[in-house]
This record gives sequence, structure tokens and C-alpha cells, in this order.
Amino acid sequence: MISFYMPDLKHIIPEGILILSALGILMEGVFRKTGSSASFRRFSHYGIIALFLALVVLVFQHKTGEKWVTFEGQILQDDFIYFAKILILIGSMAVLAISLPSMMKEHIVSFEYSPLILFATIGMLLMVEANDFMTLFVGLEMQGLSLYILAALSRDQITASEAALKYFILGALATCLYLYGSSLIYGFSGTTNFQVISSMIRIESTGGLSIGLFIGLIFIMASLSFKVSAVPFHMWTPDVYQGCPTPITAFIAAAPKVAAMVVFLRIMVSPFLLLYADWQSLIIFISFASMALGAFAALRQTDLKRLLAYSAIGQMGYVLMGLAAANDEGIQAVFVYLTIYLIMIIGTFGCLLCLRGKGFEGVQNIEDLSGISTLHPKMSFTLAVFMFSLAGIPPLAGFFAKLYVFKAAISAGLFGLAIVGVLSSVVAAYYYLKIVKVMYFDDVPSSPAVTYGQVLVLSPEMTVVLNICVVIILLFFIFPNPVLEMAQRAALALPI
Amino acid sequence: MATLPLLSMTLFLPLLGALAISLNWGNGDVAKANNARWVALWTTLVTLGLAVILWVNFNPVSPGFQFEDKFEWMPLLNIGYHVGVDGISLPLVLLSATLMPICILTSWASIQVRVAEYMIAFLVLETMLLGMFAALDFVLFYVFFEGVLIPMFLIIGIWGGPNRVYAAFKFFLYTLLGSVLSLLAILYIYFEVGGSDIPLALTTPFDPKVQTWLWVAFFASFAVKIPMWPLHTWLPDAHVEAPTAGSVILAGVLLKMGGYGFIRFSLPMFPEASSYFTPMIFTLSIIAIIYASLVALAQTDMKKLIAYSSVAHMGFVTLGIFTVDAQGVQGAVTQMVSHGLISAALFLCVGVVYDRIHSREIADYGGLVHRMPRYAAVFLFFILASVGLPGTSGFVGEFLVLLGAYQVSTWATTLATSGMVLGAAYALWLYRRVIFGVLVKPNLKSISDLHWREKIIFAPLVAGVLIFGIYPMPLLTMMETSVANVIDQYNLALESDAGGAIDPKKSLEIALHPASLKISYFWIATPPLGARKDAPSRVFARSVSAEAIQTSFVKEIRHD
Repeated sequence: MISFYMPDLKHIIPEGILILSALGILMEGVFRKTGSSASFRRFSHYGIIALFLALVVLVFQHKTGEKWVTFEGQILQDDFIYFAKILILIGSMAVLAISLPSMMKEHIVSFEYSPLILFATIGMLLMVEANDFMTLFVGLEMQGLSLYILAALSRDQITASEAALKYFILGALATCLYLYGSSLIYGFSGTTNFQVISSMIRIESTGGLSIGLFIGLIFIMASLSFKVSAVPFHMWTPDVYQGCPTPITAFIAAAPKVAAMVVFLRIMVSPFLLLYADWQSLIIFISFASMALGAFAALRQTDLKRLLAYSAIGQMGYVLMGLAAANDEGIQAVFVYLTIYLIMIIGTFGCLLCLRGKGFEGVQNIEDLSGISTLHPKMSFTLAVFMFSLAGIPPLAGFFAKLYVFKAAISAGLFGLAIVGVLSSVVAAYYYLKIVKVMYFDDVPSSPAVTYGQVLVLSPEMTVVLNICVVIILLFFIFPNPVLEMAQRAALALPI
Repeated sequence: MATLPLLSMTLFLPLLGALAISLNWGNGDVAKANNARWVALWTTLVTLGLAVILWVNFNPVSPGFQFEDKFEWMPLLNIGYHVGVDGISLPLVLLSATLMPICILTSWASIQVRVAEYMIAFLVLETMLLGMFAALDFVLFYVFFEGVLIPMFLIIGIWGGPNRVYAAFKFFLYTLLGSVLSLLAILYIYFEVGGSDIPLALTTPFDPKVQTWLWVAFFASFAVKIPMWPLHTWLPDAHVEAPTAGSVILAGVLLKMGGYGFIRFSLPMFPEASSYFTPMIFTLSIIAIIYASLVALAQTDMKKLIAYSSVAHMGFVTLGIFTVDAQGVQGAVTQMVSHGLISAALFLCVGVVYDRIHSREIADYGGLVHRMPRYAAVFLFFILASVGLPGTSGFVGEFLVLLGAYQVSTWATTLATSGMVLGAAYALWLYRRVIFGVLVKPNLKSISDLHWREKIIFAPLVAGVLIFGIYPMPLLTMMETSVANVIDQYNLALESDAGGAIDPKKSLEIALHPASLKISYFWIATPPLGARKDAPSRVFARSVSAEAIQTSFVKEIRHD
């Protein structure tokens, strides 16, 4: 089953499809006339088709319970990684679909957009399937660099350039932390392979482990906290969210968060499970601080994307609560949460991308949504569903995401963390409700100068994605089992 | 008939109606609005019909839950869909089903904007409320319990009065804050019991030390809902700003969620903690009764006055529940049903004049009896019912509660009774200022009396209040067995705690033995006043078995 000599290429067909398509699109972009809306639409469709093909191949290739290692033990796949890959591919595909009309409305029609998303997706896939600190680094960088360029895609916009620069510098810092941490781990363990590190810790845990290994782990945790935008490494998030063009923000907010979170979970649980007692308190603190900051800092925000940035920080705090539990239930809860979070965030950004002012400018402030429930009842209903779901109100899916996380925390005896979690969810409910309030309780501003959020820009892709998202969020409570079963299988694949 | 999932049909029929309305058919806005109204009315009426069928087929002497439906929901987590009713939840299910068509009717003309959304919100709310009372799975219960917030938030916020945004937020966040803590308690119970089935959890004994925490977590959620002083401050705002039908549902059903929770969960699952906290509950209830009545005296807004009267009346409910006495608890449930009818009717009365004059200020009215004699009569009837006039259901509830409370604490009963006097004061004074006097205000000179739809709305409420006031037996027999169950379980737990050596099974046998029943009757009939004061717990006043008493005496002697 394990082939150490000849890399088995059939295992990386999905990645291969993505690489070839990305290169193909780049070639076509270089050699043919581009820059028009039509070519941009075509390239985006290529990207969506490539991602869909990769998803189909992945689903058909994978057999439940199967586990394989290839490329000299560098790349691994099991149910856990399979689930993560599905989420990443769906996330990228959905964002590519919903960003189409708005990218054109914001005059970002460079052909690099869809190859960059594909490269970022390949990076994310590599991140989650890496079984080695070096491979993981390649994946992280591939994803990171694509994201920095995506953030800077709208070159004429000063805020976007600023956001991209901030993102790049802080991202580079996180990369340094990661490299330093993994070199420490290599120095003290003599290997970069996850499984070897894991068995080494098991052998040496009786004789006392070197503190260097733990310091290395802390550096890696800091770097990954940056990627998932958890407190205290969250500072870039509001600026980048606000500065980037909204479609790019949607991409940054969706799949990369999921990928980084899965990697975080895997590193903590796969090689370093036995150091659980040491890292748990750190995760508890990060989770606690993220939830609290996410809840309180967003209260005074008026900018929608900034608000969503703080909301993302808070939501990541809840996911980390599942990791802090560090048991089977915790891992399941993380997966369920990430699935639902991905759908909610794609839906939310989809709604925001649809709503535009008279001159097709995007919505910026919460007030721009005033009274849109009378103008666009269906769209406001959809956005309200996502807001109630993000707030965690039953019977919407967001409630079940929180329920499983709290359940994991209670099962691990983390009562304090769970109490902080529920209390900050009440605080956070305020700002999600504020968006509902603006849409439903306020009137359409009578001044003709205010024209935000009054034009609906829809495309067939957008309608499909939004409908799927809202149906899943609304009806998750009827059919929770598919997601729960996948999460359970994912958790079983980990040696916990 | 027996094979039909009758209860589930009752629960989800309103949701089906909401779905039908959301299809939004009809030519033009007027036709669409009318379609929505008729669909909502028929849905709620059929739901009421189903609820009545439940009542007819309900077997009052059988202990345990009836009309149970059980399906797999999340089998991996041992969380299931499980519903059923017993004598405590069925009256509240009936109450909710009765008030809903009334709410739809009263909104018929007064709601003119976004009618379809309004009706959808009410129908979703009905499913949530019925589901909350019928749920026999903790997660399901919580989903319904908190799901109520979304439609109610929208009802207050979209169709409410001038200060509606503040009221909607306060209502939502206040009640959410209370209920999230109970979610954690539910999850803890889930791990203790190994599943979220409520009947299973009800029979699981919990460690008394843990009980205290769980009790407090549940208390946070139920006390906010009921609401108990000092957690009541959301209520006046929400009541005042909500549209009339919203106030009716808030006062009629939402407040009962707390009382229901105390009876269903706090008493049977955490008997030791309940007994420990009883003095606190009594104190808070008494404060609620007296303080809220005093505050009501000072109100200038009619809806606010009735809102504070709700706080006072709910004080009787909590007082009754924690007497843990057959009369007290039955009185509490009766009081909940009766308050559901009476306060709903009072809000409707305010709604009638509000629809005409668009003011809730008491000072804007006066002398209405000259123009609206029928209205004055109906209003008088409900004011007197609210005061607790014998012959109305308000009397039955409060009297039973006081009777139960008297056997436990004389001073609490005395203070609560004085609260009733204050209640009479604010209610009658309100009536005098609004209805009597000389009709001088120019805009009242042409005010019209009740029209036919309003008469239809009030008729069932008048009938209900009168029937349960004169002949409350149907209601009392319905709940008798279930209430006795709760009380027995509570006492058994306390006994086995006090007796130490007695295991629950054995004491059950003793308690059911004719001889011990006789003794328990003796203890209840002639409360030994001297023994009461130095009794280690209130066990003595209960249906205590002879052996348990002996054992605790032996224990006391040993201590000496």
C-alpha cells in the first residue's frame, strides 16, 4: 500500500488538473487578447470547471477509511484530509462563481485572477495533505503568495495596495516564525516528518523531552494563529478585509481560513498530541481572547467588511474551542463548524456582492443597507438568515455549529471557556442583529444622495450559489447527518 | 387515529401554513395580503382543532407522556426528535393554540404593511411555541426555546411602536443571555445522562453539588422568560412597543415558557437545589408581587401598567411552583393558563382603543362608557378577572397558589395576599380613569363601540375565563396526575437525601403503601406548627413515609 520508491501520480490527479488548468489559462491569457469582460468571464468559467473536475475526481477516487502515503511520505490522504479538501475545493469554486459579476463591475478583469485562485487552491490542498514540515511550508507559501497578489490585483486603488502590503509584510513575518519553529523542531528531533516526530515524542516522553521542541511548536502555533487570524495575531484581518476589493475579501475569508484551521488542528493533534497538556492552555487562551475580542471590537464598527473581519476572529475563536477540547468530539465539532462557517461566509459575501449603489459601487457601511428589505425582499431575507445563523440562533445551522463546539468543550471539562463562549456569543449577536435591524427596521433613506445597496446585480452563478447556501443553512437542522458522519469519519482518521 | 402522529402534525401545521403564504400568490398587493390573512387564520384554526382533538383523546389518569412521537434525528450523538405531552404541557399547548387565531384576527385590519411576512412570523412563532411545550428532547427543546426569539424580534422590530428598535434588541439580547447558560447546563446533563432525552434525564439523579450549578443555569434562563424581579426589565419595553398581537403572545404564552421550565425541569431534576433555593424564590416572588404592583400604580401608559401586572401575576406562579405542593403547583399551572387568557384579553382591550385613537396614555382617555358600553363591560370583566374575582379563572389560580403557599410559609402568603389588594387598586383605578368620568376629550366623542370582529375575538376569552372560573375541574383533572408525579419525585429525592440509607426504589414502595399514604394525609391536613420550625427540611409537611420519618428522627437523636 505504501510506495516509497515511485511516487504514485494517480493520487494527485485533482492537484494535477488544477495545475494544468492554471498553466493553460495563463498561456491563453498571455497569447490571446485579454482585458475584456467576455474573456474574464471565460477564464473564470475555466477555473470553475477545473475546480469542479478536481472535486469530482477526488470524490470518486476516495474510498471511505482508505489511507495512503506517497512522495516519500511527504503527502498523505485519509478521511480527515479528504473532508478538508472537499471544503477547500467547494469554497474556491463558490467564491469564483460569486465574484464574477462584481469583479467586472469593479473593473478588475485581469486574466490572472482565476489562475491565481487556482494556485492558491493548490497551495491549500498541499497544506492539508502535507505530512512533513517542508511540504507544509511549500503549501503555505504557495497559498500565501497567491493571496498577496490577489489582494494587490486592484493596483489603482490605494486602499487595496495598502492592504496587500500589510498582508504581505505580516504574512512574511508569520512565515519567518513558521520557518524558525520548524527548524527548531528539526534541530531537536532530527526530522521533519509528522509521523516520525509523533513516534519520537511517544518514545522520549518518559525520559523527558527537550524544551526546544516545545519552543518550536509555540512558534508554529503563532504562525498558524496568524493564518487563521486568531488573537493576538489578528491585527492584519480588519485592515485587509476592509482594504481589498470585496470579491477578494470573500476569497480570503472562506477557503484559506478553513485550510489554515485544518492544518492547525492536524499539527496539534497528529505530531504533538502527546504534548497536549502543554499546548492546551495556549489554545484555550487564544480561543478565549479571539471570542472576546471578536465580540467586543465589532460592536462599534460601521464598515461592513471590518465588522465581518472581527466576526471572523470571533468565529475562529469558537473553532479553536473545539481544538482546545482535543478529543474526538472536538475534532468533529471543528469540522462541522468549518463546514457551516464556509457556507455562511460565502453566502454573506455573496449577498454583499449583489447589493450595489446606482453607480454599481459596492456597499461599504452598514447604513448603506438601510431599508433594503422593501426594495429586495428575497436578498434581505437571505442576508438575514446568514446573520441569524452567524449569531448562532436555532434552528439555523450556525446554532448547531456552536452546539457541537460547546458540547466538545463541556465533554473536556472546559466549563470556563464554554461560559466565556456563550457570553461572547450574546455580545456578538448584537452586531449581527444590527445588520438585520438596518435592513428590516429602518426606512430607505429619503435623501437622493444616498443610493447605496439599492441596485441588485445578479448573475446565474450567483443565484445558484446563494440559493444553495441559504437552503443548507435553513434546512441543516433537518438533515444534519451527512455532515456529522463525515466529521466523525474525519475524526476517526486521526490518532487520538 | 392512534397511528397518526397527531402531536407532530399539530406542531408543524403552522410551518406548512407559513410555507404556503411564502409562495405569495394573488393578483396585486391587496389580494396577496388577504390571501395571507385567510391562510394564516385557517391554519391556526385547524391547529386549534388538532389541539382540541389531543385534549379529547388525552387520558388524564395515565402518568407519563402521551401522543409520543420519536424519530432518529442525530443518531451519532444520541439526539433524537422526541415529542409528547403530559398534563402540565397540554394546557399550555391548548392555550397557545387558542391565542393564535385571536392574534391573527386582531391583526386583520391593524396590520397593513408587509402582511404576508407578519403572518409568516406568527405561524413560525406558533410552531416554535407548541414545539417548546411538547419537546421531550433537550436539544429539540432548546431549538424551539430560542427559536422563538427570531420571529418575536422581527414582530416587535418591524411592526412595533416608536421605540421598537430598542425594545426588540433588549428583548432579544436579554432573553438570549438567559438561555445560553441553560444550553451549557443541557450539555452537561447530556453527558451525565448519555443522551438528550428528557424523560431519561428526569429519572436520573444528579449529584447535589452539581445540581446547584445546573439549577442556577436553568434559573437564569427561566427567570428571565417568566420574568422574575429583578430580571423583568425587558418585559415592559417589549410589551409596550410590540403590536397588539405581539403583546398578546408575549403575555399569553412567552411568559409561560419560564414557568413551564421550572415545573418540567428544575423541580424533578434538581430537587435538592430547588429546595435549597426555595427561600430565595419566595422572596423574589413576593418582591415581584408587591413591587410590580406598586410600579403598576404609577404608570401612565396602559400597556405598561398591564405589563407590570403580568410581572406581579407571574410572581404567584413562581410562588406556587416552589411550594411543591399539589395545590400550589396545580394553582401555578392554572394561574398560567388563566393569566394567558386574561392578560391577552387586557392587551386586546388596549388594542381596541389604540386602533381608534392611537394613544396608550391613560390621560388621553376617560368616560368611554358613554360611547362604548359593550367595550366597558368586556373591559370590566377582564379587569375583575385580573384582580381575581371569584367566579373567574384568576380567582382559582391565585386561591390555589395561596392555599399551597399557606402550608409552607405563612408570612409569604400574607405578603402575597397584600399584593392582591394592591393589584385590585391599580386595576380598578386604571378602569376608573379610562372608562368612567365625563367624556370631555373631543377625539373620543365619535369613538365607536366594538364591531363584530372584536366581539368574535373577545367571546372565546370571556367564555374560557368564566368556565375555568366556575368549573375548573377539567383543567385540574388534566394536570392532576402529572403534577402529582413531579411532586412525588421531588419528595422522594429529598427523602432519600434526608434518610440517607433509604434507596429510591424502596421508598417508592413505602410511599405507595396505604398506611403511609394515610400518614401523609395526616401530615398535610394538620400541619404540626411546632415541628415545622426546627425541621431540618420541609420533608415533614410532605407525603412522608413513616419509615423515612423514623430514620430522620433516629438520625437527629444520633446527632444529639
